[in-house]
Amino acid sequence: MEKMSRVTTALGGSALTGRTMHCHLDAPANAISVCRDAAQVVVAGRSIFKIYAIEDEQFVEKLNLRVGRKPSLNLSCADVVWHQMDENLLATAATNGVVVTWNLGRPSRNKQDQLFTEHKRTVNKVCFHPTEAHVLLSGSQDGFMKCFDLRRKDSVSTFSGQSESVRDVQFSIRDYFTFASTFENGNVQLWDIRRPDRCERMFTAHNGPVFCCDWHPEDRGWLATGGRDKMVKVWDMTTHRAKEVHCVQTIASVARVKWRPECRHHLATCSMMVDHNIYVWDVRRPFVPAAMFEEHRDVTTGIAWRHPHDPSFLLSGSKDSTLCQHLFRDASQPVERANPEGLCYGLFGDLAFAAKESLVATESGRKPYAGDRRHPIFFKRKLDPAEPFVGLASSALSVFEIEPGSGSMSWFVDTAERYALAGRPLAELCDHNAKVARELGRNQVAQTWTMLRIIYCSPGLASATSLNHSVGKGSSCGLPLMNSFNLKDMAPGLGSETRLDRSKGDTRSDTVLLDSSATLITNEDNEETEGSDVPADYLLGDVEGEEEELYLLDPEHAHPEEPEYVLPQEAFPLRHEIVDTPPGPEHLQDKADSPHVSGSEADAASLAPVDSSFSLISISHALYDTRLPPDFFSALVCDMLRFYAEQGDVQMAVSVLIVLGERVRKDIDEQTQEHWYTSYIDLLQRFCLWNVSNQVVKLSTSRAISCLNQASTTLHVNCSHCKRPMSSRGWVCDRCHRCASMCAVCHHVVKGLFVWCQGCSHGGHLQHIMKWLEGSSHCPAGCGHLCEYS
Amino acid sequence: MNRGGSSPSAAANYLLCTNCRKVLRKDKRIRVSQPLTRGPSAFIPEKEVVQANTVDERTNFLVEEYSTSGRLDNITQVMSLHTQYLESFLRSQFYMLRMDGPLPLPHRHYIAIMAAARHQCSYLINMHVDEFLKTGGIAEWLNGLEYVPQRLKNLNEINKLLAHRPWLITKEHIQKLVKTGENNWSLPELVHAVVLLAHYHALASFVFGSGINPERDPEISNGFRLISVNNFCVCDLANDNNIENASLTGNNFGIVDSLSELEALMDRMKRLREEREDEEASQEEMTTRFEKEKKESLFVVSGDTFHSFPHSDFEDDMIITSDVSRYIEDPGFGYEDFARRGEEHLPTFRAQDYTWENHGFSLVNRLYSDIGHLLDEKFRMVYNLTYNTMATHEDVDTTTLRRALFNYVHCMFGIRYDDYDYGEVNQLLERSLKVYIKTVTCYPERTTKRMYDSYWRQFKHSEKVHVNLLLMEARMQAELLYALRAITRHLT
Repeated sequence: MEKMSRVTTALGGSALTGRTMHCHLDAPANAISVCRDAAQVVVAGRSIFKIYAIEDEQFVEKLNLRVGRKPSLNLSCADVVWHQMDENLLATAATNGVVVTWNLGRPSRNKQDQLFTEHKRTVNKVCFHPTEAHVLLSGSQDGFMKCFDLRRKDSVSTFSGQSESVRDVQFSIRDYFTFASTFENGNVQLWDIRRPDRCERMFTAHNGPVFCCDWHPEDRGWLATGGRDKMVKVWDMTTHRAKEVHCVQTIASVARVKWRPECRHHLATCSMMVDHNIYVWDVRRPFVPAAMFEEHRDVTTGIAWRHPHDPSFLLSGSKDSTLCQHLFRDASQPVERANPEGLCYGLFGDLAFAAKESLVATESGRKPYAGDRRHPIFFKRKLDPAEPFVGLASSALSVFEIEPGSGSMSWFVDTAERYALAGRPLAELCDHNAKVARELGRNQVAQTWTMLRIIYCSPGLASATSLNHSVGKGSSCGLPLMNSFNLKDMAPGLGSETRLDRSKGDTRSDTVLLDSSATLITNEDNEETEGSDVPADYLLGDVEGEEEELYLLDPEHAHPEEPEYVLPQEAFPLRHEIVDTPPGPEHLQDKADSPHVSGSEADAASLAPVDSSFSLISISHALYDTRLPPDFFSALVCDMLRFYAEQGDVQMAVSVLIVLGERVRKDIDEQTQEHWYTSYIDLLQRFCLWNVSNQVVKLSTSRAISCLNQASTTLHVNCSHCKRPMSSRGWVCDRCHRCASMCAVCHHVVKGLFVWCQGCSHGGHLQHIMKWLEGSSHCPAGCGHLCEYS
Repeated sequence: MNRGGSSPSAAANYLLCTNCRKVLRKDKRIRVSQPLTRGPSAFIPEKEVVQANTVDERTNFLVEEYSTSGRLDNITQVMSLHTQYLESFLRSQFYMLRMDGPLPLPHRHYIAIMAAARHQCSYLINMHVDEFLKTGGIAEWLNGLEYVPQRLKNLNEINKLLAHRPWLITKEHIQKLVKTGENNWSLPELVHAVVLLAHYHALASFVFGSGINPERDPEISNGFRLISVNNFCVCDLANDNNIENASLTGNNFGIVDSLSELEALMDRMKRLREEREDEEASQEEMTTRFEKEKKESLFVVSGDTFHSFPHSDFEDDMIITSDVSRYIEDPGFGYEDFARRGEEHLPTFRAQDYTWENHGFSLVNRLYSDIGHLLDEKFRMVYNLTYNTMATHEDVDTTTLRRALFNYVHCMFGIRYDDYDYGEVNQLLERSLKVYIKTVTCYPERTTKRMYDSYWRQFKHSEKVHVNLLLMEARMQAELLYALRAITRHLT
């Protein structure tokens, strides 16, 4: 309101009115300028020179200044300016180097007043003195600026920039004698109009041509410059050296820049090429334009605020032959469309997350967890707190480091080494592997093994209890539901996170949806509980989503599906019973409101196991009762394997495949199996698990795989005496008929594994050397070498 | 090649050199089996270039740094007469051939070959055939355009227009190339290709304009070596050191003449500078002057070749004989005067509406980052390069002369500067120079030593090389402006 009244007073009681509108010109415009009364605008271009009256609803052509049968080049305007003191006075700069003044007061049809043909090259810019009626300044391609007194025929003084072309000249609004000029080589010069011999000050403002400059209407020292390097810079000229106070990075070279009236920090820009929009920037927020006008279809060549005290009307002319009036309130505001959160992974799995401060603050309840577990580095960046204004966003940036070691694949190595894949009855294998998985904290996997056992081995009560036991243990040792809930209520809050998940080809977002839907069945809850046992922590567990955790969390997705299929008709009564646990969303609400609950393990534990044990027992019972043939499940198991493989846990897929052998193999096509095998073997070899990989190769039934360890198995040896290759047998040389490799301990020929010290090259039977080394570290051959075996 | 068969009569197999009156057999293999000259250029005495070279550490450094071939080739040697320029030239060339860019390396060289082939510049073709193979190009492509992927072949149209009549390039051409489809070009790729094409068209002008000799290293023989550089008579190729022939004595004869010519030229330049303020031509007159210059360039038919044998014959000959034509389609397509008499009027390109500094640069730099700066520097360098000397005179402001040369080239491509008085061109550029300029920029393959020798006889060779550099850059800029304008129009 206050501003409104000020505007009205400035306008002498009559506020400007109008709407966003445009009119078609006959030709592309090169420049526009507004009359002092804000009611008329002049448009100039190569083949247009007209004055339009700005009415409420439309532009009305008032005068065509381009007269004469054969228009000369003097009328091909590069720039036009309307005197801000005298409504009848205009000046144009022609592409052929002529400066023309026009007097609208002339009675004749031709309003041309004076012609100055002093410049040798195109004149890029003309500028009237803001307060002096007769002083005109021009800047030309030939590198000169000239000051004209309109009462005389010639220029009063000539200023030589001593460099390439002048692109813009602007009288200072406050300092009577000062003007600024910008150059093609990137310099800005400050001149005193009384001293044409040399400039007062010169500095390099841009890299490449400086196309435009504009003095701040209120702030004496501020000069905005725009250049081909796509920057708008604001300079403080009051200090001894010009100081860059603000810098706005645009997306295209800046053709014009104009400060917005009554808004200290706003300026409008348009670009020379490619980009057709007009932007209004808040210089303190240099990355997102405050407003954007998108009306033009070709580059905007001229912009002007309609009235020096009204910030809401902007006029523009464009190469697309239109003249536009833009209303600030109709501008589109990119800020509103911008995504306020950012999320990015570092090279080593670190995660940076930036969000509005307010958003982060609401999560403060969760901060302790993050702090405890993951050592986030927390930055806060506030932009210019002195003058906060609407739309200024300050965001918080958090960087989460990965816990040392957590990114490692040690679980993979451990699992690979400890899994038993063959040689024992199926039930034992499953139990063993389940145990391994559980010890490594991978309860999903453990659960899967247990289930496989239930499915494929004759089930009994014992198994049910053990299963039950395992679950109970699972949920009490680690923590709790909190994880899953955390995950749930974080997700809607941080939209970007779900997005990330999707982009990672992960389906966790789906899980979240599933979880929060009211159709939750207990089994899901149950699974989640187990998921939370994972050593990973929750805040990160969801925000970070590093690979390992993905593996661990993702199975949640699989399982909910699985039991749903597994428990066909019989499960209904049971489900019914469990439905009275609070449905998802409500539950979620609860937890989000009281973060303390999550802290107390007891609470959570007491909540979780009850449900879960029930449900699981019921499952096993159901199975037991129905006695479904194992074949019934094979499709399901195949789905499960595919699921694991898709999640990247090809280890699980292959291990189960081997363990179950014929039971499932026929249901999965050969090619997929082969693909899994090769991926797993490749992974194993990357971790130098040669033995395991060989075992896998051996156990595989796929032809393509099992022949892998048949290739290049020959080891060529040379005789230690004659240095010839030993062709027929590895231990007796055909030529010198000597035994090449003798055991240093038993002095017999070594026909199998021969191990030797690389220092002294003595060695022998593996067992013998091992035994020897238990007693002595010296070489058994007596060479005195302290043998080293790795 | 059935050269003999195609000629209607035996007499057509022989040409009469207009200069030394020697009878030439039309069979190129005989005529150009061995270049008779030593040194990098057939036009410039070896010692001129070598002298400059031995002194120049800087050049060697530059070659090591930027040369794509890794050695001092003849172009570089001739250009090293202007070390300042050479640096920006090599830098930009290196950038567009070797540094990060949207196109794969072999493609770049193949495009260079295509561009050079438009002017039958076997020198550049040979050079880039080698590089093409070195960078892993598919040798089969060298068999001709039919063997390259459709995508590259599509570039042929724009190559042709750009080389000879850039003003005909429209946004439809661009659209055709970039419209989504199997063989489409992305805009950055297209810009890269356009920059390469323009660069090599212009460089071909320089090669012919300065009479660059084939590289003489024996290890390379792709079968192109034997192709004639041109319809050169021996006397055209001859170096002053080697053969004293009639044409040279003729030159000496004219020295007195040319001395006064030089004086007159300097006088005119001086007058132009002084008189500027006094005498102002009316706007109409300025326009007429441009039109006149444009028209007049029509009559400046590229030189003696025209008189020596019928035009059509000349062109046929060119088409049939050149092995390089395998890289081009429509080989008959050549420069056509912008201002054709009796045809519909093509709109003049107003330089102020689409300038390199404001528009071209921004676009090119946006789509192919950093090349803008390099080209910008190169244009600026060549435009501002001066030693303030003219022939034997020192401390001369050559700005007007340089501007006249630059703008005259643009004028032939239909680009008009509002703020330039085209009367100046008439006053500063004598007819023989105009012939030379027109030949070098529009039909470079027809340049002869005679043309090179016939203008500015008092000027140093280095100054003539400077002229060639100006012509080359002006031509490149003109082509770029047209192509980039079309791309801009496509974008809006």
